[in-house]
Amino acid sequence: MIPMHEVPGNAVPGPAAIETTELTKRYGKVTALSNCTVSVPEGRICALIGPNGAGKTTLLRLLAGLSRPTAGQVTVNGTTPRQDPAFLADIGYLAQEIPLYRRLSAEDHVRAGAHLNPRWDAESVRERLTALKIPLDRAVGKLSGGQRAQVALALILAKRPRLLLLDEPVAALDPLARRNFLGLLADGVAAGGLTVVLSSHLVADLERVCDHLIMLASSRVQLCGDIEDLLAEHQLLIGPSKDTTAIERSQRVVQVTRTPRQTTLLVRLNGPVADPAFQASDVSLEELVLAYMGQQSMGQDALPALTHLSTVGEEK
Amino acid sequence: MISFRIDGHSVVPPYLQIVQQVRQALRMGVLDVGDQLPTVREVVSATAINPNTVLKAYRDLEREGLIEARAGHGTFVRRLPPGPPPGTHARLGRGLAQWVREARDAGLDDESIESLLRVTLRAAAEEEIA
Repeated sequence: MIPMHEVPGNAVPGPAAIETTELTKRYGKVTALSNCTVSVPEGRICALIGPNGAGKTTLLRLLAGLSRPTAGQVTVNGTTPRQDPAFLADIGYLAQEIPLYRRLSAEDHVRAGAHLNPRWDAESVRERLTALKIPLDRAVGKLSGGQRAQVALALILAKRPRLLLLDEPVAALDPLARRNFLGLLADGVAAGGLTVVLSSHLVADLERVCDHLIMLASSRVQLCGDIEDLLAEHQLLIGPSKDTTAIERSQRVVQVTRTPRQTTLLVRLNGPVADPAFQASDVSLEELVLAYMGQQSMGQDALPALTHLSTVGEEK
Repeated sequence: MISFRIDGHSVVPPYLQIVQQVRQALRMGVLDVGDQLPTVREVVSATAINPNTVLKAYRDLEREGLIEARAGHGTFVRRLPPGPPPGTHARLGRGLAQWVREARDAGLDDESIESLLRVTLRAAAEEEIA
């Protein structure tokens, strides 16, 4: 394990917490995930983004060892995910429907957890919930949705997992509860030894807290890499409405918007843009995500997976 | 101890916002040599930003020589950034606040005040060149 201060945003990635190769999952005739090749270094908070039905939950379940791949390889914490105590002790998986016993209090959950988990940091749950002014002795069914999510996250962190897999944990929370939840999550990562994968539709939240991205659409990987590198590798080109084949030959065009007067291209850069008629500007994470999603809804063929983008970033 | 405010909609990246806020606090005399900065965990708990963002900001400030990390103790202010002595900004700020009150009383709105300030700054710069 490399200490966190040696894992800056765009330097050589540390050992991978997650590594998949051509990972495929089919349910009967339905392909839920197709040739998924991704890598997430240790210590990152990785956003898992994609439209509904893109394969996010399928990927999370494969990573958690809750289902087995139809084809391809998956390695988590250096081993193949499976339902055995040694593997599961290092994994925290929080499903969409926050699974807690509604009649039991947070304190009851803390005590039960001590019997079920080898490394159990009961005190951390009490500290975190006290700091958030969430009563430990009230039945969790009587807490608000936001408080319940905090309780679930505090409990799952008490397990001291090395990898935390969260399936849309903040969707139902109000902005303040979301901020507190993500703060608790970031604190868990700052404490060291934890990698997080977090699926959500709320790009603005993810932009703050995440430093890595996996984007899925139509069961395929569209983007995977350090967010800083991904943003640096894409640009928005705005120019007159004219022939753009020269640009399209030298850059990879992700999205084109044309009006009679103006052409806007979102490109993945292969080199400097030579055409002075086009003005280049940086893209935001939201623009990037929307461009790749838009590409899908236009019914184009899925792009080949853009993996290992961080290697491109190192050449800078 | 200071706290950071991270604007997610700003064009300034979050790590740079932290760097700027620390420099600002040093210039305004809010932070002094020997003062402790919040720990990475304190910052991320309060702001929900990525821990690596805070580390990157602190590394930049350390490279500048403004702060230093003491193993096991935390991060402390090492020296003040070059420029006028601390308190200068605060003193000038008080004078400016008085001037702003006068301008408001005279019927200027914020937009007029800002443009007057810009024009004056430009005129002063031209005077220096001349």
